[in-house]
Amino acid sequence: MENKHQQNTNAIPASSKKGKLKQKLEELSVKIDRWSRKKPFRRKMYLNRSLYLMMLPYLVLFILFTVTPVLMSFSLGFTYYNILETPKWVGWQNYLDLFLNDPIFIIAVKNTLIIALITGPIGYILSFIVAWLINELPRYLRSIITLVFYAPSIAGAAALTIWALIFSSDIYGYANAYLIDWGIITEPITWLQDADYILPIVIIVQLWMSLGVNFLAMIAGLKGINREYYEAGAVDGIRNRWQELWYITLPNMKSILLFSAVIQIAGSLNVGAVTTTLAGFPSVQYAGHTIVNHLQDYGHIRFDMGYASAIATILFLSAILLNKLIRKIIRKVGT
Amino acid sequence: MAKKDVDLNDKIKKREEKKRRRNERKSKAIDSRPFAEISSLKIIVKSRRRKRINRSRFGDIILFIILCFAGLISALPLILIVSNAFKPLDEIFLYPPNLIVRNPTLNNFRDLGVVLATSLVPFSRYFFNTVFVTILGTVGHLFVASMCAYPLAKYKLPGNKVILGTITYSLMFPAAVTAIPHFLILTWLGLINTHWSIILPVISSSLGLYLMRQSMVSVPTSLLESAKLDGASEFTIYRKIVMPLVKPASITLIILNFRSLWEAQGSVTIFSEQKKMLSYALTQIATAGPARQGTLAAVSLIMITVPIIMFIVSQSHMIDTMAHSGMK
Repeated sequence: MENKHQQNTNAIPASSKKGKLKQKLEELSVKIDRWSRKKPFRRKMYLNRSLYLMMLPYLVLFILFTVTPVLMSFSLGFTYYNILETPKWVGWQNYLDLFLNDPIFIIAVKNTLIIALITGPIGYILSFIVAWLINELPRYLRSIITLVFYAPSIAGAAALTIWALIFSSDIYGYANAYLIDWGIITEPITWLQDADYILPIVIIVQLWMSLGVNFLAMIAGLKGINREYYEAGAVDGIRNRWQELWYITLPNMKSILLFSAVIQIAGSLNVGAVTTTLAGFPSVQYAGHTIVNHLQDYGHIRFDMGYASAIATILFLSAILLNKLIRKIIRKVGT
Repeated sequence: MAKKDVDLNDKIKKREEKKRRRNERKSKAIDSRPFAEISSLKIIVKSRRRKRINRSRFGDIILFIILCFAGLISALPLILIVSNAFKPLDEIFLYPPNLIVRNPTLNNFRDLGVVLATSLVPFSRYFFNTVFVTILGTVGHLFVASMCAYPLAKYKLPGNKVILGTITYSLMFPAAVTAIPHFLILTWLGLINTHWSIILPVISSSLGLYLMRQSMVSVPTSLLESAKLDGASEFTIYRKIVMPLVKPASITLIILNFRSLWEAQGSVTIFSEQKKMLSYALTQIATAGPARQGTLAAVSLIMITVPIIMFIVSQSHMIDTMAHSGMK
């Protein structure tokens, strides 16, 4: 080792700048090598330095643009901060206010939970079923069908316009027009101004939009399963599609199922745009008010960033809790 | 009698030899191809035959009908966007609106052309900005994130668990409150009013990394080990073995990133008109009031066309992986 090192330095003329730099770098690496020999933990890190080097660029950016902002808003949750003045430390006051003095927050929590508990699991299963069904189609047909199902996510604002049209409160709205035609109702229903209907409509629209990132990830996951497993399964006595699904498909894409679950949790707890576009802000009797709406209310309208950050922290913690629960369920798949 | 026996034996031997050779040729033809690019007709036919395990024709037809019906419902917004773009102004303001255009016209696109021709900054400039940001962001994210995902997926290094946990949980943090800290950091780095203020945050997004990591987990470890025995460095393994095997996931990642970057407006961090994005310029044109609603419809169609083409092209490149076929 030492000998080789000597040879290397001899080969480069000492006068050139580049050679000097190289020599210094090598001296440094020898030093690090010696330093790492003392402890097994350090040694493991040193031996895998190329792997750490591969992770470095992402991690630097990740810490800068994701970790730091999140940590900053964590700490803002304990302050009063109106964006213009410097934050004032208030301790747990924001959290106490949230749970004790803010009845609207409780409504928002209730609404969010209802939306999340219904749209989360159904949307998840729906994405999987559709992905699974179209998996075996020829590739061009499949990509077009995928596009069709992904359309609500790709169309953006236009997607919600359709629903505003369907549930328009006059007799021209599609829902009202058909219901009157069929003689079920005699007067138009003010769908999006009626506290009883807002939440169900939001849930329907959210379900319709549920084939998003999840769906694409699941298609990728299904494509990642090796075909030979199915042949081997058929030889080993798997007789129908359902057995194939449970014993081969699902266990082989467990990691993607986990990914989709995480995305689904985050997505269904962060419902906000749908309610404001459909039912307006604030919705009648806060019937469609979600936690994210509440957060935006304080963050972007009342400029109480401290309070908004506290809400965000609560939302974050509940997402983590749900995630832990769902991980346990997914581990049991295929056993 | 004996002669006949010999003849028969010879014949059998010859036949076996022929069979063996044919098999060899076949397997050579398959082996010599890189796994991602299998497109020969023979293999497609073979895979079609394979598909018929555990499938019934009746079930297929029922499924197809259900899919068509559900597809029609979810395609509604796309249909509306396309037909709106060809509607004359009076039809756009018609209430209740027609889902399908009655008197299609190209006026909206002509109007858009007139507006673009007189814009302050040449239109191609906006276009270039968006293309630059989209390509750099998409490729950069794919490269940087997957390079980080590989050690996270396949090794138990000190610190890996913490990193992965942080990345997973960061996915769940609502973006609304991080906007201000985010802006502060961009200012501190001096990136405000540059394209990097859009590109770098996208590269560091945790969704893509998590997706890549989760799909790399199922890459067979023995494949990596054998490559290492052959003297491949970690980077070579990542580039030559892992990346081709997770092609479906990288395609998904490209689609997601491309779409979000193509629509990125960057109106918060970019001030000078020279650097603004296509999507920003087009929506600005269209927000001049009711008279421009037709132009807006044309703009929506144009903005959505590129991601859709991109979507179909890349989705159709997604084919079955052959991850394990080299190991028997």
